[in-house]
Amino acid sequence: MTQFLTILLDGTSYGMVLFIISVGLTVTMGLMRVVNLAHGAFAMIGGYIATVLVLKLGVPFLLATVLAAIAAGILGGLAEITVYRPLYRKGELPQVLLTIGLCFVAIAALTFFVGPTPLPAIVPAWLDQMVDIGFRLYPAYRLFLIVVGGLLAFIVWLIIERSLFGARLRAAVDDPQMARSVGMDVSRMFTITFVGGCALAGFGGAVGAGVLPLEPFYALRYLVYFLIVVAVGGMGSFRGSLVAALAIGIIDTAGRYTVPQFGGFLLYLLVFALLLWRPNGLLPPKSVA
Amino acid sequence: MTPITQNPPAAVPAQSFRPSMLWHALPWALAIGIYFIADGYHGLGTNIMIWILFAVSLDLALGYGGIITLGHAAFFGAGAYCAGIFAIHVNNDPLLGLLVATLFAGLLGFITGMLILHTRGETLLMLTLAIAALLYEAANHARWLTGGDDGLSGIRVAPVLGLFRFDLWGKTAYLYTLSVLFVWFVIAFFVVRSPFGRSLDGIRQNAKRMRAIGTPVWWRLVAMYALSAAMAGTAGALMAQTTRIVGLSSLELLTSGVVAVMLVLGGERRLYGAFIGATIYVIVQDLAGAISPFIWMFVIGFLLIVIVLFFEGGLMGIIDDVVNRLKGRGRKDQRS
Amino acid sequence: MSEADPILKVRGLCKNFGALAVTQQVDLDLARGARIGLIGPNGAGKTTLVNLLTGMLSSDAGTIVVDGQNLEQAKPETRVRHGLVRTHQINTLLMESNARDNVAVAVAERENYAWRMLRFGRQWRACQAEAQHYLEEMGIGHVGDRRVSQMPYGEQRLLEIAIGLSLKPRILLLDEPAAGIPSTEAHVIHDALERLPRDIAILLIEHDMDLVFKFAKEIVVLVMGRVLTRDVPANISANAEVRSVYLGRSAV
Repeated sequence: MTQFLTILLDGTSYGMVLFIISVGLTVTMGLMRVVNLAHGAFAMIGGYIATVLVLKLGVPFLLATVLAAIAAGILGGLAEITVYRPLYRKGELPQVLLTIGLCFVAIAALTFFVGPTPLPAIVPAWLDQMVDIGFRLYPAYRLFLIVVGGLLAFIVWLIIERSLFGARLRAAVDDPQMARSVGMDVSRMFTITFVGGCALAGFGGAVGAGVLPLEPFYALRYLVYFLIVVAVGGMGSFRGSLVAALAIGIIDTAGRYTVPQFGGFLLYLLVFALLLWRPNGLLPPKSVA
Repeated sequence: MTPITQNPPAAVPAQSFRPSMLWHALPWALAIGIYFIADGYHGLGTNIMIWILFAVSLDLALGYGGIITLGHAAFFGAGAYCAGIFAIHVNNDPLLGLLVATLFAGLLGFITGMLILHTRGETLLMLTLAIAALLYEAANHARWLTGGDDGLSGIRVAPVLGLFRFDLWGKTAYLYTLSVLFVWFVIAFFVVRSPFGRSLDGIRQNAKRMRAIGTPVWWRLVAMYALSAAMAGTAGALMAQTTRIVGLSSLELLTSGVVAVMLVLGGERRLYGAFIGATIYVIVQDLAGAISPFIWMFVIGFLLIVIVLFFEGGLMGIIDDVVNRLKGRGRKDQRS
Repeated sequence: MSEADPILKVRGLCKNFGALAVTQQVDLDLARGARIGLIGPNGAGKTTLVNLLTGMLSSDAGTIVVDGQNLEQAKPETRVRHGLVRTHQINTLLMESNARDNVAVAVAERENYAWRMLRFGRQWRACQAEAQHYLEEMGIGHVGDRRVSQMPYGEQRLLEIAIGLSLKPRILLLDEPAAGIPSTEAHVIHDALERLPRDIAILLIEHDMDLVFKFAKEIVVLVMGRVLTRDVPANISANAEVRSVYLGRSAV
């Protein structure tokens, strides 16, 4: 029972990190129909910036993560305007390759400026302790991730489901042509969404560094997980990405704790089977359902 | 008004020889020439040719077949591990090992192709990723068979045809790889010009149209995918036999990405594009890697962005444009 | 099978999209060499019917018998091999290929060359030679080398018919062959249709009434997914019911 609850908590906190990073990816992929393999690079950049701020400049942890999110958002906006825009009209292969190219550049740049070795996780003293949660002592950091993830999920839900911008966004995901023909400024919406998604990714990379350790190949190593969240949840589906991220976090954790000899095998097998069964994911938006 | 006849004249024009066909000899003459002058670089040359073979295999599936994949390393790695394990446990004859690895990878491509080629776009991309990830995990955990993350070592390869021993300088490996590449290239060259290849080009452009003229689209994609997988398996097997070690990196996402990068760098749907792309990639990696392992990533990444945004046909496309400029215009449509 | 039996025999064909019955109990016979026009107001289910016949959609009930063989369950590509061929309303041509190759891939498919991977020379050139023949018959032999994306729209429509013809169909479903062509040029399409081989049964779906009434020997009127009537053109234009649901509207 204790082990079960531990798996649940570990999996949920891990899933929350996946969610924070991937939710931007699912919205941008659903909205813009771009295969974006560089999303992990923005998470990585956010993580690096926060770590450097904390370790070199002594900036407080929370402030550093917020600054990292802002920086990742700005970089994302620049990238959207310069290289992503011409990409929307191209096929999947150019999209794949250009975004891989962005990954390469990001990896090279970070290695050049920070160095090739993995970075230590920045967990401030107030999170680096154990909390009694009844049945066992549990790391405060993990609880923090769950709380922050839940909070962000709520905020993103508010924006998408309750705001005018969110209503337009959903309409554009469900029917891109309709959105254009009723005169929505789709290209501004793209930029804003992209900036938001990258900022979230940067924040996720920063707070989640204790779960997904930072190293130069981060952008490619965890990319598969982010893409799985998007594909399993259904491209463009906010609820889908939350469900998928938590499920993947818990299943992957359970697999590694109970049958370590199979490692990630179980997860990939499930994903493979699920995509054969439901090619558009669990909760696809209307446009592809 | 005369009704249209449906029995056209049976006369078929003969293939006429054009001087431009001689260009096909150039890369091979170059490869043979390099063998004689490039002492100390045979290992690098072998490596380049292996990547060329891998990139050509991807060109078949992705370029000509339009099968969007980021998991082609699955077949490269499968071929490599199969050749290595076969050499260690069964028989160390290189050609036999090559054949077994090729068939194994082809079979894998056939089976997975049957499963996934109903889907398209992002879903297909994810499924190819998942297959490569599955194989990676399998190889990682089957330590007793694959050596896990230490890699598979201790591969010994007998002389080719019982005559040519693999020497320390890699001269035999160079010629061996060149021969295998040539055989596969001729096959690929014929396949893309065959009615089969043309029908796949049609499927890439418009699958619905092809179904309307009676094409069994799914089966044809599966066939091309399996062929491409077999070819990638050969490339992997060559890597195993010539370097005598197989690492987990042969199954990585990065490997799938790198081969796609090579293909697009050179230009897809041209076969020779893979030659140029792989050569440049490996050389840049070698040169820039000597300075810092990350400069090459920057250079390649930057090149990719520029190529996708400004030169859609890759480097071969640029060469074509220049040649067309020199010749005067109007020949763009004649790529048959 | 006797010569008198219809080459295409459709009985009780039904298709529902949810609660909407788009095809209801359609019966349709095409004799060998028939020239039938299919008309009906927008939303009558004409395109759905074509999609059901070619297998692009699966029907909920009914039989589709071609030359004595029930193809109701067959895949689209199998139906093509039995001689049930369609042309497309919107262009689905291979835009990057040239006109000749667009026909040649169809010829290769028909001749079962398309599985041959290694014998590229003679057979492909034979396909191209035959393709050129069909292009010339359609009056577009001079554009064989041109990319489809660079051909004028009218020539693309003719190419569409050439492809259908190259499959040696026994039944040819022409889905709005003159769509998007200015009425001043519709005669080019009409001339091409008039020259189609006599032994092919043709079902022409078309909005251009002039073209249908000139071409068809008989006209089937489809309304709300049902066959309203089937008769010779003169009687159709005189039919009060047809005028009210269909022709009347355009007269207003």
